[in-house]
Amino acid sequence: MSHDAFITEETIPGADEGPLAGRTVAVKDNISTEGVRTTCGSEMLADYVPPYDATVVERLKSAGATLVGKTNMDEFGMGTTTETSAFGPTTNPVDGDRVPGGSSGGSAAAVAAGEADAALGSDTGGSVRCPAAFCGVVGIKPTYGLVSRYGLVAYANSLEQIGPLAPTVEEAAEVLEVIAGPDDRDATTHEEGADAEYADAADGDVQGLSIGVPTELIEGADERVVDRFHETLDDLEAQGAETHEVSLPSVERAVQAYYVIAMSEASSNLARFDGVRYGPDTDAEGNWNESFAAVREEGFGDEVKRRILLGTYALSAGYHDKYYAKAQDARAWVKQDFDEALSEADVLASPTMPVLPFELGESLDDPLQMYLADANTVPVNLANLPAISVPAGRADGLPVGLQLIGPAFGERTIIRAASAVESSA
Amino acid sequence: MSETPVDADEVRHVADLARIDLDDEEVDQFAGQFADILSYFDALDDVPEVDPEADLVNVMRADEVRDGLTQEEALKNAPATEDGYFEGPSVS
Repeated sequence: MSHDAFITEETIPGADEGPLAGRTVAVKDNISTEGVRTTCGSEMLADYVPPYDATVVERLKSAGATLVGKTNMDEFGMGTTTETSAFGPTTNPVDGDRVPGGSSGGSAAAVAAGEADAALGSDTGGSVRCPAAFCGVVGIKPTYGLVSRYGLVAYANSLEQIGPLAPTVEEAAEVLEVIAGPDDRDATTHEEGADAEYADAADGDVQGLSIGVPTELIEGADERVVDRFHETLDDLEAQGAETHEVSLPSVERAVQAYYVIAMSEASSNLARFDGVRYGPDTDAEGNWNESFAAVREEGFGDEVKRRILLGTYALSAGYHDKYYAKAQDARAWVKQDFDEALSEADVLASPTMPVLPFELGESLDDPLQMYLADANTVPVNLANLPAISVPAGRADGLPVGLQLIGPAFGERTIIRAASAVESSA
Repeated sequence: MSETPVDADEVRHVADLARIDLDDEEVDQFAGQFADILSYFDALDDVPEVDPEADLVNVMRADEVRDGLTQEEALKNAPATEDGYFEGPSVS
C-alpha cells in the first residue's frame, strides 16, 4: 500500500564499501541532492534541481548507503502533520486514516512501511521526533552543531538540525555516526562531534541511570499516552534506573518563544524566494516588488504565508521588543532550566507527543491547536540539546513515543537509555 | 483578546512588507487567526529577563579561493536568463 512517503523516487548509489553498504536511506526533500530535484514540499521549488549535495548526503554516499528517494514533508518544514505539502499528504502506515506527524512525515512513513532501512529528517521544533512517535519508529534530534546543515534549505537556522530515523535505536545511531562531525562549510558545527561513536552505546544498560521527569511535560497530555509513559518508566526502574520528578517552569512559555523565533527566522530566510534565481515563472507584470509579491503568492502555501507574515510582524518596528526580544529571554530561561534539571539527572524523560496521531484533516483549520501539540518537543530545540524518540508501545492500537533528553553532546547517554526502552517494549 | 488586535489593513500592511500578494479571502482568514495566535504570544510578557550565557564564538577561516558553482550551474534553475546573467523584473 502506498503512503505517499516519497515526492521523488530515484535510486542514487553510494560507495561500494562502508558502514552503511547494502543499506537504503530515504532523504527529506529539504536536503539538497545533486541532480535530483529538491522541492521542500513547495510549489516554489517544484522544479528546483540542486547543483550540489548537502554534506550529510555526501557522507551517506561515502558510507555506502543507497539513497532511494526524497521524502514528503510539510512545506519548508512548517507543520506537525505532513499535510501542508504542495504534493499532498502522506498517510500513517500504522493507520491510513491518520497523519504520520510532521514535518518529516514522509521519512518516518518510509521507514515504518519498510520502504527504506533508514531516513534523514530535519528537526526545527520536533520534526524528526514527532513523526517518529506517530509512526512507531526511532528518531534522533542531535545536539545543535553536531550535524552539518550545509545543503539543508534553511527555515529557522538557530533551531534546526538534521537527524536520522530508523526502526531501531542502534540503526538510527549508526546513521548518526556517519553524518555527525564538524564541517568547514557550516561554521556552527562543533569539534566535539569529531570522533563520534554512537551505535555501540545502544547496549540497553541503564543500571544506576538517573532519569528526571519534568512534571510540566506530563500535565495536560492524553491519559492513554501518560499511562503508556508511566508503564515504560516502571520497566526502566525494573532494569535498574532511578526516576525522580523535576520542574521546568520555563517550558510553559516555550511554545510561544519557539514560534516567535522560528517565524522571525523564516521571514528572513524565505526572503530568498523571489522567482529570479529559482522559482515559478509567472506572467506577473509590474516592477520588481510587484513581481516578487506575485511569485510568492503563487508559490507559497497557507502555512508558509502565515509564518512569514507573523514573523515579519514580530520583527517590525514597535513589536520587536514585545515579541522577538521576549522570546529570546524565554529561550535563555529554558536553557537555564534544562541545565539545572540535567545537573541532577543523566537524562530527562517525557512523552514525545502529548497526543495520539491526529486524523487526517483534523488540525488543518486551527493552526494554534497544531502549534500546541509541539509543547514537549520545542523546548529541546530552544536549549540546543539532543533528544531521541523511541517507541513505547501502543495505546488504542496507535504508537506512543517516549522522549529522552540529554545534556549537550550527550547522545551516547540518550541512545543507551532508549535502547533499554526498546528491550522492554 | 490581544492588546494588539489585527485588522485586515494591518494584515495587508505586513503582507506588503513581506512581499506577498494576498487575496481578500486570505486577508480575512489571516486576520482572524492572527488575533488568536498573537494573543497567545502575549504570554511572553511575563517572562523574566534572563542573562543568556555567552557561549558563542566567531568562527573564521582563511580567505582562500575555492571552487564554487560554475556560471552554468548557478543559472541552471533560473526561470529567465540573458547573456549569462539572471534576468529579473525592472526595479522601478
